[in-house]
Amino acid sequence: MTGSAPAPLLRGPVLRRALLDALRKLDPRHLLRNPVMFVVWVCSAFTTLLWIHSLGGHGEARPGFIFQIALWLWSTLYFANAAEALAEGRGKAQADALRASRRQVTAKRLKGPGSRAWTPADSATLQVGDLVLVEAGDTIPLDGEVAEGIASVNEAAVTGESAPVIRESGGDRSAVTGGTEVLSDWIVVRVTHRPGDSFLDRMIAMVEGAQRRKTPNEIALDILLAALTLVFLLAVATLLPFSRHAAASAGAGSPIRLTVLVALLVCLIPTTIGGLLSAIGIAGMDRMIRANVIATSGRAVEAAGDVDVLLLDKTGTITLGNREAVAFLPAPGVEALALAEAAQLASLPDETPEGRSVVVLAKEAHGLRERGLQELDVRFVPFTAQTRMSGVDLGDRAIRKGATDSVAAWIEAQGGIFPPEVRAAAEAVAREGGTPLVVAEGPRALGVIHLKDIVKGGIRERFAELRRMGIKTVMVTGDNPLTAAAIAAEAGVDDFLAQATPERKLRLIRDYQAGGRLVAMTGDGTNDAPALAQADVAVAMNTGTQAAKEAGNMVDLDSNPTKLIEIVRIGKQMLMTRGALTTFSIANDVAKYFAILPAAFVLTYPQLRSLDIMRLHSPESAVLAAVIFNALVIVALIPLALRGVAFRTLPARDLLARNLLVYGLGGLVVPFAGIKALDLAVTWLRLV
Amino acid sequence: MSPLFLLLVTGLILALALLAPPLGGYLGRTLDGEPLPLDRVLLPLERALFRILGVGPGDRMDWKGYLGALLAFNALGFAFLLALLRLQGHLPLNPMGFKGMAWPLAFNTAASFVTNTDWQAYAGEAALGPLAQALGLTVQNFLSAATGLAVMAAVARGIRRRKATSLGSFWVDLVRVTLRVLLPLSLLFALFLVSQGVVQTWVPALHAAWVAPPPPGAPAEQLIPLGPAASQLAIKMLGTNGGGFFGANAMHPFENPTALANLAQILAILLLPAACCFAFGRMVRDRRQGWAIFGAMALLLLLPTLLAGWAEARTPAALRAPAVVQVQGSLEGKEARVGVEASTLWSTATTAASNGAVNAQHDAMAPLSGLAQMVLMQIGEVAFGGVGSGLYGMLVFVVVAVFVSGLMVGRTPEYLGKKVEAFEMKMAALVVLVPSALILGGAAATLLHPDAGRWISAPGPHGFTQVLYAWTSAAANNGSAFNGLTADVPFLDWGLGLAMLAGRFAPVAAVLAMAGSLAAKKRTPPGPGTLPTHSPFFAGLLVAVVLLVGALTFLPALAVGPLAEHLAPLGKVIP
Repeated sequence: MTGSAPAPLLRGPVLRRALLDALRKLDPRHLLRNPVMFVVWVCSAFTTLLWIHSLGGHGEARPGFIFQIALWLWSTLYFANAAEALAEGRGKAQADALRASRRQVTAKRLKGPGSRAWTPADSATLQVGDLVLVEAGDTIPLDGEVAEGIASVNEAAVTGESAPVIRESGGDRSAVTGGTEVLSDWIVVRVTHRPGDSFLDRMIAMVEGAQRRKTPNEIALDILLAALTLVFLLAVATLLPFSRHAAASAGAGSPIRLTVLVALLVCLIPTTIGGLLSAIGIAGMDRMIRANVIATSGRAVEAAGDVDVLLLDKTGTITLGNREAVAFLPAPGVEALALAEAAQLASLPDETPEGRSVVVLAKEAHGLRERGLQELDVRFVPFTAQTRMSGVDLGDRAIRKGATDSVAAWIEAQGGIFPPEVRAAAEAVAREGGTPLVVAEGPRALGVIHLKDIVKGGIRERFAELRRMGIKTVMVTGDNPLTAAAIAAEAGVDDFLAQATPERKLRLIRDYQAGGRLVAMTGDGTNDAPALAQADVAVAMNTGTQAAKEAGNMVDLDSNPTKLIEIVRIGKQMLMTRGALTTFSIANDVAKYFAILPAAFVLTYPQLRSLDIMRLHSPESAVLAAVIFNALVIVALIPLALRGVAFRTLPARDLLARNLLVYGLGGLVVPFAGIKALDLAVTWLRLV
Repeated sequence: MSPLFLLLVTGLILALALLAPPLGGYLGRTLDGEPLPLDRVLLPLERALFRILGVGPGDRMDWKGYLGALLAFNALGFAFLLALLRLQGHLPLNPMGFKGMAWPLAFNTAASFVTNTDWQAYAGEAALGPLAQALGLTVQNFLSAATGLAVMAAVARGIRRRKATSLGSFWVDLVRVTLRVLLPLSLLFALFLVSQGVVQTWVPALHAAWVAPPPPGAPAEQLIPLGPAASQLAIKMLGTNGGGFFGANAMHPFENPTALANLAQILAILLLPAACCFAFGRMVRDRRQGWAIFGAMALLLLLPTLLAGWAEARTPAALRAPAVVQVQGSLEGKEARVGVEASTLWSTATTAASNGAVNAQHDAMAPLSGLAQMVLMQIGEVAFGGVGSGLYGMLVFVVVAVFVSGLMVGRTPEYLGKKVEAFEMKMAALVVLVPSALILGGAAATLLHPDAGRWISAPGPHGFTQVLYAWTSAAANNGSAFNGLTADVPFLDWGLGLAMLAGRFAPVAAVLAMAGSLAAKKRTPPGPGTLPTHSPFFAGLLVAVVLLVGALTFLPALAVGPLAEHLAPLGKVIP
């Protein structure tokens, strides 16, 4: 995630559109979803009527005063709408871009499996299960899976990443997205989603906020805000008979004026959080989108903030995807140079990063120059799942490297003996967290290559940070327990699952959940799908299979497993922003009482003047200043609502103490200063 | 504030901190169904009662079943008491020959005693015979307190259990707390009161000759009412009931005869509600939670108490003339033998706990003392509050505090491992809203009534306070009276009676529903990301939330009542 939200938001067309949308949102039907703002609407309308009535000369106050109050009440509403529209604005712009790539195309529908003959068909008429041929330069019509072939695909329309990716049948890179473009070669795609239900469609719906339903915490907060609104409605409404009694009994003054009563009500009900609540939610989703993560629901984003346990795949997340050769360990009686040479030869045609690193080590440690393959009569023996070895045949020399047991079996099959020292050396490597590769030439074991997992820089600190936040990290790896334990210790994870299979992963998640934990994981393969479906927060890699993407509740377009940490952060930030603004909003009320109550009763109970600790100019200026403050504070907090409050990895107690100090105490103090300043301004401008 | 007052306050808090934990432990064991001392004597009796009721200690009720049993039982108690009060004239044990109460007053009184309020729109010695006092009021004093404890037990179980539906059995809880806690404790306290001179007799009244020459027109003999007072007073104080045997309540020398009895009764007011904190801590298997709640409640009691102590000790500015010297603080409306300090402490203790017994005229105290008393009730009777009800009321504020602070640390809020979600918030909102609506709405309705002027005895803010206090006392189930307001008029009898019923049973229903929802949830084990709820920090936050909610709701009303009165130049208030 880069950059800060408001800067690009408050520019040009996005801003203009938002300001216009905000006007449209003044429609009371739109506000029914939000009880707090609906009350503001009713109050604004009522004050407007009071103003119209006062124009006849029989009003309860000067028309100019009532007019200003009405104006600021409408402004309060408008500012809240603007916040929401601004938050939506960015999503809308992005949705437009996405929609442009979702144009209808003419697809080449195949007659049947195995057939090469095709008929042109409009993409809108395709059915799930249809096979379509996509060739270089064609746009993939709909979401699907590669049934046949391999091609490079430009997925920039979805991921924003211009480098092409490889899509091929079978394996974990078989999913293709409608609207992306094949750059070279051809593939046959089996359609898996109907038009209108594709990944792109869901993404558009998501960024537009069309499908945004309220999240559980948002609903609970809504209830709290509605209850507070009711409380204030009660407190303010009963003030009318109370003040009537007071005026009658004291024989002085008059009952509280309706304009003041309505102003008091709007100032007291939590308009700050009520006005910014939906903007906070939309901005949270937007932050996810900018982190290149598509969440299927706001609920998932919120759940991310609650995660207790992170299951992280070792490879790619904790370690660099590639292992590196760090040492040659020759067998007894074998020279190190001989081992290095054989290892180099066996690895020359091996283009995997591990293979390259063996060649590099041979060069660095023993000065062996890389030789061209042409000058040697080399036949490459590739790695297969059956042999679990690779190597070269060089004339009559057969050099192999591979897992200990496979190479031992190969040697013994040729009548050789696998030396126990080599086995011991291999085990020692495994114990240290490395991967041993045994090198053999014919029936003779030459020694062991020590391949080491390279733990990513800085990852240890990140895990420590997570631990402070109360999140437990669990490394999941297919390695044996010895290797796993060594890497776990080096990376600083809290726990690990070795020799992980999809079933064991699923069981681990269930165990944690049974203990009341919320589990997050990432995955890409089809075999990850059950675990992804079980996890509370499941991030599927965009490069992954369709099954994995279906099972997860988020898709990471960058396919970066460490993104999970970012996601947790965004989820927490969204909750914290809501909590902070709620506290701020409620704390503000204290100052508003001190401003308005003495003003309201100035004639009946002049002694209440001593509650006016701000020493405001006049009752009218006090009420007006409070109402203006209430409206402007929404504008002032829009950037915070969109950006989210600063997130720090602190234990819950310290975090709470900090936020209480800033937003609780701040919310108590700021309005005193603000209302006083506005009172001075209002007086200076002679508005009252 | 005098040193004596500070000494009394400190002594009270210390005594509570010393006595409440062991009593709370005993209460917790009772509610958890564990072996208790006196099992050899009381267990057979308990089992016999269970057999008669057809229940057993293993019975399970979900929240609806629990609430249903509670409502049915209380409705029955209400009907029985109502009949007793109406038909008193036709029943035995009525040596003074009192008539049955009129419908409005009978309804008001029955509602009052069933809801643990003990608001009295009548004078005991002039309206009720021993049968109604003992069989009607005293029985309800026990049962309403037991009902509060049962609800607290159900809530604690809801928090402790995971993925469960049962909250225990209402009948079992009712029998056990009555038999094992309320009866033995009351027996001990009644004996103590008798030793101090509280009357306990079936003799209805004494005829005595005048000591001084009688006032003109008075009968030749004095009639001094007596009765079985001590047995009723023990549970009156211990069960946060507060309904006096005599109309003058604890100002009457037969209800409050000595200094020791006075201090012991202040302690008795708060003892069981404070013990509930520790019973709760024990029941949820985390005693630190009990201490945190105790600390928060003690602070909530302390702040208004100190305010009242200051207000009573000072001489109002308008009275600061050379001729006026208040050496002992404001003695108006107080018993000289009790003194300013003990009266002031009693007045905040009795309003903090939803007791409502009074040993001074609250009406005559300084405006800020009245404010302190009302605030203690308006925050929902959670500064120890009623027996059981103070604790479950406080738990509702805990839910709100946990919700807001949970959001602020970026986690779905949880309390003791249970997630606080929309349903819990809805129920919490109900518990806070219902009494507030009753208080403000009731006061507004009274002021709009055409006859209101005749019921209110003082003009200006003070008269308003009389009305506000009455509705506060009723809706919060406190029962103390501010005096000055004519309470026995049909509008107030019916209105306050309904407020007492709604103020009691709406929160009970909401709290039980919340307990049922919490019980069904799984329990998240605590981690560094969990907000600890047992720290002094959280207790402080809880106090802030309680005060803020109370202040935001009632500040306007308090401003035109006691605040306006306090700030007024004296000459202007009373024309």
